[in-house]
Amino acid sequence: MDFLQIISNLIHDTIVFSTALIFAALGGLYSERSGVVNIALEGMMIAGAFTGAVVTFFAQDMGVLAPWIGFAAAILAGALFSLPHATASITFKADQVVSGVALNFLAAGLTVYLTKIIFDGAGQTTTLSTVFSKWNLLGLGDIPYLGHALFEAYPTSYIAFLLVAITWYVLYKTPFGLRLRSVGEHPRAADTAGINVKRVRYTAVLISGALAAMGGATIALTTTSNFSHNTVSGQGFIALAALIFGKWHPLGALAAALFFGIAQALKGLVQVYELTAYIPIEFIYMLPYILTILVLAGVVGRSKSPAALGKPYETGSR
Amino acid sequence: MNKLGQIFIKESFLVPVVAIILGLLTGAIAMLAGGFDPLLAYQSLLNKVFGNLYNFGETIRQITPLIFTGLSVAFAFRTGLFNIGAEGQFIMGMIASVFVGITVDLPFYLHAPLCLLAGALAGGLWGAIAGYLKAFRGVHEVITTIMLNWTALYFSNYILNAFLVPKGEQRSEDIKESAYISVQWLSEMFDNARLHWGTLLALVAAVVFYILLWKTKTGFELRAVGFNPHASEYAGMNVNKNVINAMLIGGVFAGLGGACEVLGVFHYQAILSAMPGYGFDGIAVALIGGNTAVGVVLGAILFGVLTYGASGMNFGAGVPVELIRVVIASVIFFVAAHGIVKYILKPVISKKKEVL
Repeated sequence: MDFLQIISNLIHDTIVFSTALIFAALGGLYSERSGVVNIALEGMMIAGAFTGAVVTFFAQDMGVLAPWIGFAAAILAGALFSLPHATASITFKADQVVSGVALNFLAAGLTVYLTKIIFDGAGQTTTLSTVFSKWNLLGLGDIPYLGHALFEAYPTSYIAFLLVAITWYVLYKTPFGLRLRSVGEHPRAADTAGINVKRVRYTAVLISGALAAMGGATIALTTTSNFSHNTVSGQGFIALAALIFGKWHPLGALAAALFFGIAQALKGLVQVYELTAYIPIEFIYMLPYILTILVLAGVVGRSKSPAALGKPYETGSR
Repeated sequence: MNKLGQIFIKESFLVPVVAIILGLLTGAIAMLAGGFDPLLAYQSLLNKVFGNLYNFGETIRQITPLIFTGLSVAFAFRTGLFNIGAEGQFIMGMIASVFVGITVDLPFYLHAPLCLLAGALAGGLWGAIAGYLKAFRGVHEVITTIMLNWTALYFSNYILNAFLVPKGEQRSEDIKESAYISVQWLSEMFDNARLHWGTLLALVAAVVFYILLWKTKTGFELRAVGFNPHASEYAGMNVNKNVINAMLIGGVFAGLGGACEVLGVFHYQAILSAMPGYGFDGIAVALIGGNTAVGVVLGAILFGVLTYGASGMNFGAGVPVELIRVVIASVIFFVAAHGIVKYILKPVISKKKEVL
């Protein structure tokens, strides 16, 4: 295999692996920009992966439509699943980190529990026959090298890239985005200006759940073709890392997600070309996490979180 | 008598108890929805744990690491820090003790303690990294500890693959017998349940936790910093040093837990494909226990019984073991959102106040 082909494969795989991270990181962005910590991204992704896989399974008779129905169901399930986090941290002013931890736990337990009930005791769904297939966008996929790299991707990847643009627009060009950011930076000022802090935060957390679930569903409906306890396996935490790495900005999150996607694509490459003799595979696994720590420590550029992140808002407080 | 009554209506007591009840109820609802009999399930859970000596002994084994990780999380909590990293510190404790257990040759009275020390140090250092970053770089410990958990997972796998695991195997060779902390006679008493000195060590750790926090100057400073860092600084305390210390000591507890698990129970370490989970359960244990030594031990007993008994629930009532994760998650959730619990309790608390 020639060098250009390797690069082409690497870019292709990077996009495949980044897609779920982009969705989830964008999800985290909405929640955290509104001031609600969301370490439950992992759990929300699990909920999405589970719902996506199960609904697609039951919709298999619909053929190519089935994964789309599963995907849509996952979006709904994600929003629904994020509701307890929103209620606890916004209405009942709970510790947002603890509430997130609880939700991660709940997702991991509940989805496998339900899977076992639905699939007669099996810990995973049967392999789905109808998952997303790759699109050859406008026939551009036929271009040598470049086509395979950029234009032969799952539809979810295109949706993810589109959502980055939409999120950027919503956040910086719409009244809702302005409210969202103000609520995350200075809720009291926002309140004084007549913004309903709670409502904005609720909306943000629900969007967050929906997006993270899209990320989870993407994994189940493209790369793994089923749901099991390790379908998501920590990608929610990488997405959280990508969000921080990307400095809570949609384009930054995109770049970080792509970067972490490369790390994941490299794993495959390193194994295929037997480079493990030079770089232990575990170090490639560790890379995203160590980089995040270095970024946070200011070694690779400082990252500043929204000012009111993690603080419940008390009406009338200073 | 009046005093005893007061304990039962105290919020610090009522909230966890109600959270546990709500958690069990949530589990019951999930079971009913899945077509299972919750009463039979909970009954089988208890049967499993208390049914015979072997299972009872194994439950104690299950409780032990939870005491350690619970103490780890609780200690950091006391100083206003949130240690989500007990998981990673636990893993570091495991790998360090396995490493010393395999590579070093010593008589047992030196070898086992050295392994424990290595585990404690590794866990402590892992915690101290997060403490250092918090103190001198202002990085929130929640994020660093999450990242350190995953780093620990892959780092330990690297050490295993590179040095300790024979080619083609999935686990290290056994540690030398001189590093075992199993208790032969006690195990025999409990039908070969894997009981070990770690349980005693965990209880000692709980006592140390109490003394350190409430009877020493260090403990006073740690609590003061947790209570109000600005006032503590004004009073001449070194806030940064205390933050690092708190994470270090918390890490030592978790690291010891990992070491005991290896030295007392498995005697080897397998390549990890996922987190062992004790660190996360430790968060629940600390929360339920109100971050006190006694509370942590009680919380660990509760979660040990639930997690070990889960397989009985599966056997007796056909309920998948994962259900118990739902119960634990709900308990954490209700403790975190104690606003909800208080909301439910409102009529009860106000009524009791009238009676008194």
